Amino acid sequence: MHRKFSEFLIEGCIRLSGVLCIGFVVLIFLFLLKDALSLFGVYSPAKFLFGTQWLPVSKPAQFGIIPLVVGSLYVTVGAILICVPIGVGAAMFIGEVAPQSLKNILKSLVEILAAIPSVVLGFIGIVWLGPFLKTTFHLGTGMCGLTGSLLLAFMALPTIISISEDALAGVPRAYREAAFGLGATRWQTLWRILLPAASSGIIAGVMLGIGRVIGETMVVMMVTGNAPVIPSSILEPLRTLTATVASEMGEAVSGSEHYFALFAVGLILFIITFIINLIADMSLRKARK
Amino acid sequence: MILAGCGMMVFLGIAGCGKSGGSASGNKTAGTLQIKGSDTIVNANQKLSEEFMKDHADIFVAVTGGGSGVGIASLINKSCDIAAASREMTAEEIQMAKAKGVNPKEITVAYDGVAVILNKNNPVEKLAIADLNKIFTGEVTNWKEFGGKDLPIVTLSREVSSGTYAYFKEMVIHLGKKDGKAEFSSKTLLMSSSQAIVEEVVNNEGAIGYLGMGYLSDRIHALHVAVAKDKEYYSPDLAAVMNKTYPLSRPLYFYCDGEPQGATKLFVEFTLSPKGQKQFVDTGFVPLEAANAPKIQ
Repeated sequence: MHRKFSEFLIEGCIRLSGVLCIGFVVLIFLFLLKDALSLFGVYSPAKFLFGTQWLPVSKPAQFGIIPLVVGSLYVTVGAILICVPIGVGAAMFIGEVAPQSLKNILKSLVEILAAIPSVVLGFIGIVWLGPFLKTTFHLGTGMCGLTGSLLLAFMALPTIISISEDALAGVPRAYREAAFGLGATRWQTLWRILLPAASSGIIAGVMLGIGRVIGETMVVMMVTGNAPVIPSSILEPLRTLTATVASEMGEAVSGSEHYFALFAVGLILFIITFIINLIADMSLRKARK
Repeated sequence: MILAGCGMMVFLGIAGCGKSGGSASGNKTAGTLQIKGSDTIVNANQKLSEEFMKDHADIFVAVTGGGSGVGIASLINKSCDIAAASREMTAEEIQMAKAKGVNPKEITVAYDGVAVILNKNNPVEKLAIADLNKIFTGEVTNWKEFGGKDLPIVTLSREVSSGTYAYFKEMVIHLGKKDGKAEFSSKTLLMSSSQAIVEEVVNNEGAIGYLGMGYLSDRIHALHVAVAKDKEYYSPDLAAVMNKTYPLSRPLYFYCDGEPQGATKLFVEFTLSPKGQKQFVDTGFVPLEAANAPKIQ
């Protein structure tokens, strides 16, 4: 009797946690949707989605998110181009090439990398990386997209390395043995057999890394210069969706047009990360099959 | 300082989402006091509160920055007791406050000069307001126009939540007109705190930024500014701000909901007392009365 009751209790608790998680996501989405849609009562959706000027406190205010979307896009694409090759390469090294002793050290170092707070990275960006890029590329200012991309790549690396390494480790032993048996070298096995076999898991890791990059706020707010202009290259100052919400939310009086516009930006971000997570989830599922 | 400032902004950003975020609303007689707002005087307020708490051990004063707009918004949302502001509340803000049952009361606490700062290696010494207008609207983009080096000008501004931003926009971008339409050049970098502007100016020879005089140091140099080219140029120092000859002189305010009461009243009284005014002087600002200022030569 007693045992049955505790079973029931524990099962109930677990079920509750599961339902609560889903409930929170739905509630957050509805909350965002409600306030975001309020904007479109007073501001045209076409002007919001396709406007090229973000001037929230001018009169009349302009809430065009194109500069912000392009800013986020530049920083994210830049970060992906930097972190995917390095991340997958590092995973291949840690998983397949490094000797056992080195492997353990590297794995814990990657975990430490994940634990560096983003403000610390932002601070490094302001005092060291920004000025360094400025002198290296002869820029007007080091507060530009590339500074943000480099730091974000650094932040996404641990996610990509850990998940890719897991995916490589998950490739059945028989694949390796068969490859070696056919006389393949270590590199051939790694490149032609293991990498394709683990590709779904690696893609999932990359997508989760991208999700992290696009949602990151602190670093981009500190180092990208935040100029709400459509950048012509990654070496120019730009402003991202996340930095806009973070830096303007505090002063937007609840219920004002500006306040709703920031929620609409939040909704756009939510949709973007949702799609990215969905793709990641689908590739992980495929990997398990 | 940068870390703290940015951290606060994010925190405020989050707090702003939930209307229940405010903790001190309406609780004027209790032992805690929330002061939010202007980044310009956040250091002065911190020092004020520390001195105040030495005398009043039973009252805890929490100071956060984020910008004047943040302070005023949280006063309207009833999540702070005192909003520190480096600009006046706008008519819209007062209207919104009244609609929410908040009756903003303005108290001038000190004076400030908005300093325009350059890198130490930039030879340009003085500019008129009209020159600053050309620089910040993007009309002039190279320092050689003003007798400097052949270097592109990088303009730095605060975020739109900053009172200093609003003040500078009115005085320089709109040349003092209340209903101006001009905008900062879209190339202008919007920095998240005054200290971030200092760091960028220190690192960038072509940069120009503006901030409250409390942030001046010997790592950067402040321009002498004149109302017009043929008028006299003044540096943003205590004397020139005190007698208002420096063109970008302005008052700094506290806003509270109605007449200050309880702990808020004690704090406001302390702020206006000679000892309170001394804290502004110590953090680089200008006191209300000459009697509280250090000797002016």
